[in-house]
Amino acid sequence: MPRGEAGIGRVMAQMAMVMNLDKCIGCHTCSVTCKQAWTNRTGVEYVWFNNVETRPGQGYPRRYEDQDTWKGGWELNRKGRLTLKAGGRFKKLVQIFSNPVLPSLDDYYEPWTYDYETLTNAPLQEHTPVARPKSLISGKDMKISWSANWDDDLAGSAATGEKDVLLNQVSEKIKLEFEQTFMFYLPRICEHCLNPSCAASCPSGAIYKRTEDGIVLVDQDRCRGWRMCVTGCPYKKVYFNHRTGKAEKCTFCFPRVEVGLPTVCSETCVGRLRYIGLVLYDADRVLEAASTTDEKDLYEAQRQVFLDPNSPDVIAAAEREGIPRDWIEAARRSPVHALISTYKMALPLHPEYRTLPMVWYIPPLSPVVDAVRDTGRDAEDHRNLFAAVDALRIPVDYLAQLFTAGDPAPVDAVLRRLAAMRAYMRDINLGREPDASIPREVGMSEEQMYDMYRLLALAKYDERYVIPPAHAEQAHQLEELATECSLDYEGGPGMGGSGPFGETSGGAVPIAVENYRALRDRQTSDTSAAPTDKATRVNLLDWDGRGRPPGLFPPGETDDEGPAS
Amino acid sequence: MTAPARPVTLAVDTGTGGILLWVVLPYVCLAVFVLGHVWRYRYDKFGWTTRSSQLYERRLLRIGSPLFHFGILVVLLGHIGGLVIPKSWTEAVGVGEHTYHVGAVVLGTVAGVATLGGLAVLIYRRRTVGPVFSATTRNDKAMYVFLALTIVLGLSATVAANAVGGGYDYRETISPWFRSLFYLQPDPEPMTGAPILFQLHAISALLLFAFWPFTRLVHMLTAPLGYLTRPYIVYRSRDPRLAAREPRRGWERTGS
Repeated sequence: MPRGEAGIGRVMAQMAMVMNLDKCIGCHTCSVTCKQAWTNRTGVEYVWFNNVETRPGQGYPRRYEDQDTWKGGWELNRKGRLTLKAGGRFKKLVQIFSNPVLPSLDDYYEPWTYDYETLTNAPLQEHTPVARPKSLISGKDMKISWSANWDDDLAGSAATGEKDVLLNQVSEKIKLEFEQTFMFYLPRICEHCLNPSCAASCPSGAIYKRTEDGIVLVDQDRCRGWRMCVTGCPYKKVYFNHRTGKAEKCTFCFPRVEVGLPTVCSETCVGRLRYIGLVLYDADRVLEAASTTDEKDLYEAQRQVFLDPNSPDVIAAAEREGIPRDWIEAARRSPVHALISTYKMALPLHPEYRTLPMVWYIPPLSPVVDAVRDTGRDAEDHRNLFAAVDALRIPVDYLAQLFTAGDPAPVDAVLRRLAAMRAYMRDINLGREPDASIPREVGMSEEQMYDMYRLLALAKYDERYVIPPAHAEQAHQLEELATECSLDYEGGPGMGGSGPFGETSGGAVPIAVENYRALRDRQTSDTSAAPTDKATRVNLLDWDGRGRPPGLFPPGETDDEGPAS
Repeated sequence: MTAPARPVTLAVDTGTGGILLWVVLPYVCLAVFVLGHVWRYRYDKFGWTTRSSQLYERRLLRIGSPLFHFGILVVLLGHIGGLVIPKSWTEAVGVGEHTYHVGAVVLGTVAGVATLGGLAVLIYRRRTVGPVFSATTRNDKAMYVFLALTIVLGLSATVAANAVGGGYDYRETISPWFRSLFYLQPDPEPMTGAPILFQLHAISALLLFAFWPFTRLVHMLTAPLGYLTRPYIVYRSRDPRLAAREPRRGWERTGS
């Protein structure tokens, strides 16, 4: 580490994620499983804690990146001090009765269901009855005209591509060359920023960052529904539940992460493109990094906030701050640390918002590869790919708008490393002599290149997810009794109904209605599909009805040997 | 001051009726107000919210909500000035009855009209905008009735008093009664002589206070003034209870 060994400040651990965009096929499995796990309730029908956007495209909510309109994130004021773009404390309180820059439901979309009942109870008629779409807001018939991924796969079309905020920021020339379309998918969750502007915007102080793992959460008991967080988040990843009147956001699946399981979106990711791990950082340097004058330096400034978990000084400082030993160990093995700091492959999403986001992305090489392949040249040859990275300014400038506030150099470097890995590993896979000059050209050793290949291409489960469990030795409540009903918590439906003011009153439903420790054991044990007590179980599915299946009844005194008559 | 010979009042003297209305009712309502909030805060923190409907509609809200809220805040300040601060205090700092009266009428009318106008916009919005109306509970409707009634009665009491007899000096009657409640030496006497509109306004306000803890109005008590002083980013340690359901009462573990 070039700096800071002398003065390491407050060391904190942050649970972070990296997504390898080259591997995203846009299947939306992460979105759907997240929705099923977290937002399949009334009031959050329109909410997707995880969504996958086609880029170029408008995103969800529409044009959320246009901070001239939405005023999300931080900016530097005239004195160079960091301030909330939507205004400071006093302005927030003055505007509390009507937030002027809150996205309306139209900017997300009007959620709907279908009138399925008609299909079964329509009278006999000539034409097949249809299930009409019904608005989940007004209950009336509606015309579906937008959704969270309405422009899915439409990156190049004039209808939606032109409304992309970033395309309007890159140069005119690029817009003219836009016929050479390129496209990739961008899965997004809450960034769990080091400098969260949603938390800073919350008048009630209900949004907090956990000291142990840096996960940003909304305290549902403290949220009063002032809605300032929705404006404050530049990624628009805090949502307003219109039934409960409270803000909700991605939780990084903390009940799972606390027992060492990856988030639902990561667990179900088909492309295995998500990486979860710890990053150690110096909390005292966060403000300084976020206040970096030049936007283009923010990527580098944020990397300087991270600490090297292999440095003895950092380990000593971390232990002084009470970070457990196994967490430091996990930080050393962290794939996120490797991808951000060791290989310098991952880049932050929109560092210019100055929130220091903690979900980073490996930019996709595939647009470049596709372009080379279309010319008929060898798309695996690193010289062709390097030349293409230099020549194809469209994807590179666009990616730079996303990940480095417009500076193409870091994106170039990442794409060249990806191209080098592609070319270098092809030689190995074809049984040819590996060319050591390829890694050297991008400043890596052969061993590093192979390790990176292993992490990126093979992406073993245990290497993608290095999640130390929370230290809850005292929290016996985590170990729930499997015999209890999951709705049978204090004051829950199992204890006799909802609160006195309808479904939104009373206490919040506890999140751990499933025993996550049992879940982890099930998922990680070798016998999950073959229970150990299988021999004593009775399968009635293949029982033909004759005789008595063995084991159905306990052995009696007389007939130990099955049917008596 | 040309005070009316005998203002129209509720036909009760300081007898049992007067005590019921101006001693028992206020204490009951205030007790419900305080204890109700304590109970609600302990039992229903999750339901303690503004339940904003801005997501559904924002054009009308943009006009109505600030108009109403800023109006009612000025009205609140006016009530504190009129009810809590004794007349002798304002006179001691050189604000005469006439100056006070003119100031109170002008400011009160502006604030009252703003409040009422804002409330009208908000109620119109609530009734006509489909999603907002379907998100309105019966509790909300009852609350709107009490709130609107109290505001209308209060404004009309002021307007009527000023239109008929050059103003009514409530600081001679209502304010001493109001303060006497908090001295714990309740004196219904001055209140029994107040004009009927003021009396009705006071009664409806008391009933509104009793209803208050059980409505969405609770959001007023958690006005986020702490935001002005707290650090921007809140750090909190992991809540061990958050990821686990509470043990049933009587089944908590003991020891470790």
